[in-house]
Amino acid sequence: MAGAKDAKGTIWVVAETNADGSLAKSSTEVATLARTLAEAAGASAAGIVIAADPKAAAAELAGYVARVVAVAEPKAAGYAWAQVAAQRAAAILASESPAVILTGAGPDGRDVAGTLSALLERPVLVNATAVAWKDGGPSVEMSVFGGKLITTSAFVDGEWGIVTVRPNVVTAEEAGSKGKVETQAPAGDLDLPLVKVVDQITEAAAALPIEEARVIVAGGRGVGGPDGFALVREIAAVLGGAVGATRAAVDSGWIPYNQQIGQTGKIVKPQLYLALGISGAIQHKVGMQTAGTIIGINRDPDAPIAEFADLVVVGDLFEVGKALLAELKSRA
Amino acid sequence: MPLRIVVLTKPVPDPAAAAERLGADGRLDRAASPAVINGNDEYTLEASLKLVEAHGGEVTLLSMAPPSGLETMRKGLAMGAHRGVLVTDPALAGSDQGSTIQVLAAALRGLEYDLVLAGFDTSDGVGGVVGAAIASLLKLPYLSSAAKIEPDPDAGTVRVRRISPTGFDLLEAPMPALIVGTQLLGEPRYPSLKGIMAARSKEVVTKSLADLELDAKVVGGAASRSKVTGTTKPPARGATTVVRGTPEEGAKAIADLLASRRLI
Repeated sequence: MAGAKDAKGTIWVVAETNADGSLAKSSTEVATLARTLAEAAGASAAGIVIAADPKAAAAELAGYVARVVAVAEPKAAGYAWAQVAAQRAAAILASESPAVILTGAGPDGRDVAGTLSALLERPVLVNATAVAWKDGGPSVEMSVFGGKLITTSAFVDGEWGIVTVRPNVVTAEEAGSKGKVETQAPAGDLDLPLVKVVDQITEAAAALPIEEARVIVAGGRGVGGPDGFALVREIAAVLGGAVGATRAAVDSGWIPYNQQIGQTGKIVKPQLYLALGISGAIQHKVGMQTAGTIIGINRDPDAPIAEFADLVVVGDLFEVGKALLAELKSRA
Repeated sequence: MPLRIVVLTKPVPDPAAAAERLGADGRLDRAASPAVINGNDEYTLEASLKLVEAHGGEVTLLSMAPPSGLETMRKGLAMGAHRGVLVTDPALAGSDQGSTIQVLAAALRGLEYDLVLAGFDTSDGVGGVVGAAIASLLKLPYLSSAAKIEPDPDAGTVRVRRISPTGFDLLEAPMPALIVGTQLLGEPRYPSLKGIMAARSKEVVTKSLADLELDAKVVGGAASRSKVTGTTKPPARGATTVVRGTPEEGAKAIADLLASRRLI
């Protein structure tokens, strides 16, 4: 029982990198969590970076955990990354004694976690909103039923597994001292079929990914069209925030999918969420309900957003939005 | 060359009904909440229907669910899927992800397909790890976060536009392959009356653990390697202030709140 796994294994992180080779923000969060758990468990924290050129990300990761294993894997570039990374990581982890493996819960993190779970035959706890160390293992909080309930889960006695961690639930913080980086050459064959990247298409992307924004100004059906988003963008610019949207606005083609917040979009946790013409239906609410301050501008005083916002201004979003711009500029 | 597509679908509590609650056993009280096809699975189903409309072929739905999963599957059949396979067994109640993966992989071993499609994640668990794990077990090429799926049945390959942080990666792999799709695949169709009528006579094969030659000691609730240790309510949000008045008064109320919370 308690103590069985204490201090025996290592808390491992499988890190992700950005296109420029730097460490992904989600990995800085996950690595911070790994170190916190290691301190609580009396264990150590370590990380793995698999990339064509892992140097920069590995050095960054060493700012968070005591030990980093970096593998320069040429195939991490021309092929879908997660399968390559998971296979290399599995090979490393097979000769270690992990207490738990942490990944991000974004698209790449979950692909790595799923593949690792099959390769290592380990259970997975998904989409953690908080992780503590309890009774010798991770105690994992998850938000379920559209945020109505928080469940706490653990691996059963004697088991260890993989945990995917939701972005923005941990504040990244570097350790006081730098960890050590070991560089390994890729060893052995990659058994899983690899998927070639035959082309990369760059689209005009939002300046700031919405998952990382401190302030989000979002528009819904009530915005009425692409022109209406000009006002949303203008308010976002004044507040130094990013622009988000509901599925209705995305489905209408007013704004790209990567800015969609909600059940089939992104889950965000900004300090401020300003919602224009958004009713606050459950499908949208699940993506933003943990925001620090929620403000709605809506024509309908009975819209669901009035049940969970801090402030709802009833009125025409264009009239209130323009007045808000003037008010903010006058206070600047 | 016609395409054989298997679409993984999961019945989930209807998020719109928001009636989910836990039963005394700590598991979802299925009687309390109406089940629907998981939203993300409807996008992959829609994509698969369009693909067989263009190339010819068949769409098979595959679910692991309680017997009531049959009703949910009928909606997918009404949308146009050709047949269904429902893996159901009392021993599967309380399965963890690992069991789900083993069971679906075993069911897929008994089917012939060019593509397996799975949704980005489910609205109840929000895990999104099952597709990658099944692909690994079956050693299938794995293409995820798909915004567009373009098979070339004559060449035996498939191309996928995978959403990347800066746009898209164009991926290519031989078939059979497993693809995880997103909302960008397109709005799912509504079942037509004709489709609803036709769905009643479409074949749904039910399989038990024994049919799949799986052991209830290895998969299912008894073999679950994770457990729920507690539940809590999320911290309540404060009361909502509602402001009605002139646009200027509304704007002032917003700016005052932002200032008081040091957000401006």
